[in-house]
Amino acid sequence: MTKKVKRNPNSPASKRARREFLRAAVAGAGVTGVALAGWLPVSSYADTRLRPPGAIAEKDYLASCIKCGQCVQVCPVEALVLADATDGFGLGAPYVNAREQACDFSCDAVQCVLACPTGALSHDIDKKEQVKMGKAKLVRPNACLARQNKGFTGQARGADFEGLHRYTEVDRWTPIKVADFDYDLEICDLCVRECPIKDAIELVPMENGPGKTPVIKDACVGCGMCEMICPVEPACIEMEVNPMGSSA
Amino acid sequence: MKRLLNSLKLMLGLAPTRPAKETWTPEAKEMHAYKKSAEQVAIRREAIKEELAAGHSSKKWKIRRWISIITINLLFVISYHFDVQLVEGALTASRFVGFHMADLNSALQVTLAYKHMVVNLVIGTVTVFLLWWALGGRTFCSWVCPYHLVSELGEMLHLKLVKMGLVKDHPLDRRLRTVLYVIFALLAFATGYTVFETINPVGILSRAFTYGASLALLWIGVLFLVEVFYSRRFWCRYACPIGLTYGFVGSLSPVHINYNLENCLHEGECRKVCLVPHVLEITKMGYADDVKIQVGADCTRCGMCVDVCPTQALTFKVKGLDGML
Repeated sequence: MTKKVKRNPNSPASKRARREFLRAAVAGAGVTGVALAGWLPVSSYADTRLRPPGAIAEKDYLASCIKCGQCVQVCPVEALVLADATDGFGLGAPYVNAREQACDFSCDAVQCVLACPTGALSHDIDKKEQVKMGKAKLVRPNACLARQNKGFTGQARGADFEGLHRYTEVDRWTPIKVADFDYDLEICDLCVRECPIKDAIELVPMENGPGKTPVIKDACVGCGMCEMICPVEPACIEMEVNPMGSSA
Repeated sequence: MKRLLNSLKLMLGLAPTRPAKETWTPEAKEMHAYKKSAEQVAIRREAIKEELAAGHSSKKWKIRRWISIITINLLFVISYHFDVQLVEGALTASRFVGFHMADLNSALQVTLAYKHMVVNLVIGTVTVFLLWWALGGRTFCSWVCPYHLVSELGEMLHLKLVKMGLVKDHPLDRRLRTVLYVIFALLAFATGYTVFETINPVGILSRAFTYGASLALLWIGVLFLVEVFYSRRFWCRYACPIGLTYGFVGSLSPVHINYNLENCLHEGECRKVCLVPHVLEITKMGYADDVKIQVGADCTRCGMCVDVCPTQALTFKVKGLDGML
């Protein structure tokens, strides 16, 4: 240890030290403040975004995600997006915007889970059926084509839609644009037809009238495929996010 | 041991001290006495005059370093966009040909927030720890960190503006970085969220390169402007907790900058270019307590001092490999 030398508080050195301390205090408060501003929106865990397959409970997910984007890199349909600063739910943490691009399990396994280095996506999951991102819900029943006993012809989401889907009948290995696939259906069953999970959704005849209604069953994992493919604008089906994720 | 403690104290923000004469090694005493002789002073004075007139400065290490930063960051981008799968992820965590790597500071934040550590993260952290211990710790800052390059450009502008008399450097109390380090560690633990990652320039830039521009780049812009117009190298010098993490890792690293008292002219050109000039206090006349000293833990091994030193008083050294290099 060096001996403490009492300095004249009015010496230039003391004044300089005081100024440096003051600047550091202001800068420190500023830096901490900006960081906290990024945390505030996520602090209540109120925003419910569809998280990637295998994501653990929202709170743990936000704690453990290291924000490297390795899950984004392995996804064949690029369903995973990293949150931006203004999104207000954890800068750099991945989520799924199902209407734009759902997770259709084109990768066959759960590649994003395998890619995750921190366990934010639970490594206990190895099959798509184990995923619990959320559950589909028929939110606009009156707009549903099947319930009106209507068919559907053409591209599900129009010619300009960028979303991808793997049509096994076209190419078993490579997803193609939804816009590159033409449908000709007597009664619209897109949500059932394109669902990647067995027995997750089915069309049931309605009691009053000739139409059929989509019924979502317990096997549904909330991947968002039905929401993406629904040809009605806005979609009749939306995802209800499961805040406990696949950690249960 | 005492030297290590001093180097850590200096890194944590304490002011450098001049070692008492009684603590000098006999060789250092002899060297200082020799250097103070009238004849030696005159020789040095002449040499300094020549040095300043020649304006000698090599760019050897700077060029190598820039190539390193650009190559490493480009590899991430190429791996993703051309599906080479060489380094996947971002600098916060990645896979190098399938092998897990995790940034030590990001891993620390995640561990504090999540309070668990999965095997992959342990593997990645240990690998990266050993790597940076071997390579010099803060070597990460000046040889890999993409913000370092941004900041170096900011520094060039800043120095130009200072020369024109348009701006002035405003130094800060260096203890700030230690305080911020503790604050962000506590915040991660208390909130259960990696609060620091929101403002982590390494993560923001690395993700932006690979996954596209994000609004978080505005924060990089703010830091850049602060560094150009207000305080030289503000983030790296006074704020970045990542630098401190890697500083600890490299405090006992074999790769270091070596100071050779005998060759030194004490004119101080090295301290003018250094990002962390407190580690070069030893180059002041009468501040070296030995004839050969390993520069402290806070040193980023950037080699700017090596480039600027006309007499090879500062050189890269690798412990145990002296004969081979």
